[in-house]
Amino acid sequence: MNHLQLIIRREYLNKIRNRSFILMTFLSPIIMVLIFTVVAYLSQLNNESVNTINILDESGLFANSFKNSETINYTNLENISLNKAKLATETSEVFGLLYIPKAPVLDDFSESVILYSDESPSISMMRSIENEIENRVNVLKLEEFGIDAKQIKELRINIDAKIETFEGKKTSKLGAGLKLIFGGIAGYLLFMFIIIYGNMIMRSVIEEKTSRIIEVIISSVQPIKLLLGKILGTTLAGVTQFAVWIVIILLLNTVISSIFGIDPSAIQSQPQEILGETSNSQQIITDVLVEINNLPIYNLLVMFMFFFIGGYLLYSSLYAAIGAAVDNETDTQQFMLPILMPLILGMYVGFFTVIDNPHGIVSQVFSYIPLTSPVVMLMRIPFGVPIWQQILSLVILFATFMGTVWFASKIYRVGILMYGKKASYREIIKWLKY
Amino acid sequence: MNNLLVTNNVSKSFGSFKALNNINIEVPKGSVFGLLGPNGAGKTTLIRIINQITMPDSGSVFLDGKPLHPNDIKNIGYLPEERGLYKSMKVGEQAMYLAQLKGLSKTEAKKRLIYWFDRLGIDGWWNKKIQELSKGMAQKIQFVVTVLHQPKLLIFDEPFSGFDPINANLIKDEILRLKEEGATIIFSTHRMESVEEMCDHIALIDKSNKILDGKLIDIKRAYKSNTYKVGIAPNNPDTIQEILKEKFDSVPIYFRSINDEKQYKIKLPKASSKNDLVNYLTSLGQLSHFEEVIPSVSDIFIETIQNN
Repeated sequence: MNHLQLIIRREYLNKIRNRSFILMTFLSPIIMVLIFTVVAYLSQLNNESVNTINILDESGLFANSFKNSETINYTNLENISLNKAKLATETSEVFGLLYIPKAPVLDDFSESVILYSDESPSISMMRSIENEIENRVNVLKLEEFGIDAKQIKELRINIDAKIETFEGKKTSKLGAGLKLIFGGIAGYLLFMFIIIYGNMIMRSVIEEKTSRIIEVIISSVQPIKLLLGKILGTTLAGVTQFAVWIVIILLLNTVISSIFGIDPSAIQSQPQEILGETSNSQQIITDVLVEINNLPIYNLLVMFMFFFIGGYLLYSSLYAAIGAAVDNETDTQQFMLPILMPLILGMYVGFFTVIDNPHGIVSQVFSYIPLTSPVVMLMRIPFGVPIWQQILSLVILFATFMGTVWFASKIYRVGILMYGKKASYREIIKWLKY
Repeated sequence: MNNLLVTNNVSKSFGSFKALNNINIEVPKGSVFGLLGPNGAGKTTLIRIINQITMPDSGSVFLDGKPLHPNDIKNIGYLPEERGLYKSMKVGEQAMYLAQLKGLSKTEAKKRLIYWFDRLGIDGWWNKKIQELSKGMAQKIQFVVTVLHQPKLLIFDEPFSGFDPINANLIKDEILRLKEEGATIIFSTHRMESVEEMCDHIALIDKSNKILDGKLIDIKRAYKSNTYKVGIAPNNPDTIQEILKEKFDSVPIYFRSINDEKQYKIKLPKASSKNDLVNYLTSLGQLSHFEEVIPSVSDIFIETIQNN
């Protein structure tokens, strides 16, 4: 076995056998699923409660316009005074009292309606009550002007412009969002991986210094091989852990939803339901499928893999460089934040600039800068980027990774000769000259 | 080619600090070479350059007549002063790892480790974790790992620190045995008595410069000053001191002895013979102790450094 393989193997086995690593591997998915289950259960409970609202309608215009919904029941109070109605509502279990006074002119309703309640109502409850009143007042106003509400409804035409490329490929507006999602997922995954495993790599680089074995190791192997081995070994351990997590989460998810009937993944699906309100959800699903078919899917998957790996390796090599510069973990703080900044920047550029203009100059530049390209380029690819540009960006990315490892190994070699000297940015620049 | 290792005008600076200034040393094949010097003199830097941990700013290092090459890590075994082992790894696994890094095959490494573990009486430790071992125990493992790949050149930096006298002797015997088997050994320590016992050659480095080197015997010969320690039961105790003082450069001293005698240190001028001194002393009384003062390494060390 050559040195690199030996080091990777040691790092991997060392991580995998570590007791707290094993514990986290099995405990975190269980905790995660538990939390999601509890949240899903609680939000189910929350949705199930139905509030009753008494209505005192002195105007007599809204008698039948309030329809019971899933969360609100309306009861009409008739022929009693406001004070009595208030008293009756307060002493009962009813949520509140909606008071609609007489109004000589319809416009007065905009100010005069009052909801009496001990608890403040949720925003969604207020909105549905207001909507009911507005709808009714609108109809009444139309009648006042002598216009038939039905005619107005028929007047409305919905324009739905279709988008089509010159080659005849149909896309929909939905596509743009969908395209961003791929980049977003890549960015999010990258972020998670870096946060979880970047520190682990850093600690593993410091390990030789704290255990004082560094001189023996460094007189046996080149620092660049040592660092590369550490990055790759820890990454493999991370991938293993991640795979175990996914398997456990899927298993637990199936078990819990089949036993308790609670679906922890239901939480994530809620935003889509909101989207679904605007049009037929069946339609959306087919649209999405068509869109996915229209995406350069193989290109995306292959590039997703390369950019994800490249981005991850680049960022972990930065962590390794920090580890190389310091003697112990407490000295690492000052270097931590600047590392994550470019990644966050990449996400912002992706979500705000790329969606605006995927091939604009800013989007282009950021899809070549290695620290942001893993996110930005992945967001651009669905909009169509020539292969040579993708490959160029990848080459830059991997070259930067190797460059950073080289840089880190240079710091590493000098850093060990400087026992006790704290690594500051100025010191490191000096070290590079040795 | 009689020298295994030669450094040629090796210089190294850290920033404005000159750590080594034109160092030339020659380490003969099959010798034990003592690399001595006060703290901060530059010994460790020189050792690190030999191990290719740092590169010299100028000058070159030759191993076996050829310029030092990255592959030479196979030919060098290094036990640094700052030493440790991976704490969470098992002894056997760790030793195997380090041996393989030095280029041994898995089976060869295992075979030799079993031999050495048995030899040093630590064969029961294979599955222990390093953190369960005492410092001395861990040092034994480090020693084994250093010599396991049978390098031509062994470099020990303070090899005995942390050992009790029994284990220190054990390690000393092993080092001498390795020398018998043909290894060349560079040995850096502040314990002068082990230099005295083990080294054939020494080099003394002070303030980044080599100030003395050569065969230990030659250096001692050069540093001896024709001085003798004598013990005498004089016929006339009252006058002996004046008589001696008049005739020689002598001072009364005290050394441990079972006889009840007067003790002096007498320095002879270059030309005179010690037989004349003995004859003269016997005429003054009963001579019970006569010894030429040979400077110890410690004396030479202190004297040279102070004169520098």
